[in-house]
Amino acid sequence: MTKRSNSIAFWAGVAVFLVAVTAMTQIVRNEYPFFAGYVILQFVVLSVAWSILGGYAGYVNFGTNAFFGVGVYTAVALFKVSGAPLVVQIAAAGVVGMLLGLAVGLLTLRMRGIFFSIATIALAIIIETTVMNWRFVGGAAGIQLQRPPVMEPFDSYVKMLFFVQGVLVVIAVAIARYIQNSRIGRGLQALRDDELAAECTGVPTLKLKLVACMISGGLISAAGAPAAMYLQYADPSSAFNLSYSVSVLAMSLIGGTAHWIGPVLGAILLGTTQQLLAVTISSEVNVLVLGIMLVVFVVAAPKGIIGLLRPRYRLRAGGKT
Amino acid sequence: MDLLLGAVVLGVLLGCFYAAVSVGLSVSFGLLDVPHVAHPAFLVLASYCVFLLNDRYDIDPLVAGLIITPLFFVFGLVAYRIYYEIFEKRGTDAAVRGIAFFFGIAFIIEVLIILQFGVDQQSVSASYIGKSWRFGEFRIPIRQLVAFAVALGLTSLLALYLSKTFMGRAIRAVAQDEEALRLMGANPVRIKQFAFGIATAVLGMAGALLIIVAPVEPTLDRAYIGRTFCVVVMAGLGSMTGTLVAAIILGVAETIVLTLFGASWAPAISFGMLLAVLAIRPQGLLGR
Repeated sequence: MTKRSNSIAFWAGVAVFLVAVTAMTQIVRNEYPFFAGYVILQFVVLSVAWSILGGYAGYVNFGTNAFFGVGVYTAVALFKVSGAPLVVQIAAAGVVGMLLGLAVGLLTLRMRGIFFSIATIALAIIIETTVMNWRFVGGAAGIQLQRPPVMEPFDSYVKMLFFVQGVLVVIAVAIARYIQNSRIGRGLQALRDDELAAECTGVPTLKLKLVACMISGGLISAAGAPAAMYLQYADPSSAFNLSYSVSVLAMSLIGGTAHWIGPVLGAILLGTTQQLLAVTISSEVNVLVLGIMLVVFVVAAPKGIIGLLRPRYRLRAGGKT
Repeated sequence: MDLLLGAVVLGVLLGCFYAAVSVGLSVSFGLLDVPHVAHPAFLVLASYCVFLLNDRYDIDPLVAGLIITPLFFVFGLVAYRIYYEIFEKRGTDAAVRGIAFFFGIAFIIEVLIILQFGVDQQSVSASYIGKSWRFGEFRIPIRQLVAFAVALGLTSLLALYLSKTFMGRAIRAVAQDEEALRLMGANPVRIKQFAFGIATAVLGMAGALLIIVAPVEPTLDRAYIGRTFCVVVMAGLGSMTGTLVAAIILGVAETIVLTLFGASWAPAISFGMLLAVLAIRPQGLLGR
């Protein structure tokens, strides 16, 4: 397929997706599908965003919960100060997430492999502790939030959040796809395979890492922002829960990180399974399944689902679509 | 001033305990380069084994720790063999997938403990738990002293083992240059497997100390990811003396912050120090 016809197919798919999401909010009466669907869409955004740094560049960020929590609390603080509308909360969370990403990038410039991962875990705990001691947003006890009235054409707030998260999915996927097919993506792949060699051949590894950190972080925080309104409640230990990091890691690795479709598939598959398990059995079994699937996929299918579906990714990580 | 002195004394006691829970990681991560994020989960698992023995058969926690040590040795041998077959043997991006693998294992252990024992805190009973010594103004719980003594013994023993015995030196040799060892006709994989077994065996005793010092809960391993990795990285990878020094620094820092600012800031200390060390001096205090 040529690049142009490929693009047309992609944007047509996006349009179909958006129309479907909108139609669903107008037609379906029952609220439950939106409650569950919101979480799945949220994980799609998180996984796609995570893969920009973790997949293309090979830097395993365990601080997904740090960015997510920062997004949640940016929204909470803004809402408490000025009652800012949802869109402003999300945009602000995105900006704060990018700044945090820049800080993480600068702090961890010379760390590779596990040191980078541990540093990101450390950062998450430090930020969580800071928020716990921040009285204005409720401290360790958390804070209750009153949803503002819902906007037209939606008849319930959850449906609106579902739609908003759907839009975020489109934004995240479009950015990931753009990066993957651009010089940035190729540079990131080069530095993943061999950072020294990439640097020597003139790839601006430092700049690319920072860009990847910022974009990935900004998207994760933006996806976290609506969570406060979704739950009508925010507390540090659930906003900064380590299971966000592990879920997102599992979803991305299960789907495969060489192509943006991988994390999307992984998040839909695992997210749906989690929703079903949480309803039918218990949340502990849910985490158990997550752990087992992560281990099984890392062991048996290192390239994830897309590696199984399309063997060519085994040879050449990252193709054009 | 007395308060601060007390904090320092308690910090040293706590620090030696931290050394005992970290020496295993100092071998597995520091010497063998295995991204063993599940180390704290193994530790908590050991604590629950000790709890089980203490609760069911009324065995002293320290004796229980000794009983499970051989089991953990075998557990370590198996774990390394699996890790080796899946990751090190195949080579490519072992680090990234290795971390994910161990994280998955840690989560599985966490949930299995929850399913078996519930989310509540569990503690052990022994004659020395609950009493304390008084020194004028401040008191030192005897459980801390017991943990301190055993921890110091355990850490010294492992340090001696690594520096004086043939196998110990072989382990340090494999950390320095695997290829050279192979050229000498030794099998580096078997030595590493043995070393990983030792590193895991130490956790049997460390787990006993963990549950002696304070009650444990299934998700306790998350706090100890920070503490153990902080100690090991600050020590300089694989240095046993460094591990003890770094652990004492961490222990003193934690108790001082606890006395001055309160418990709510406690979780950030180990991770903050870890981050600072990683950013400023990644080779650690006594790096190789």
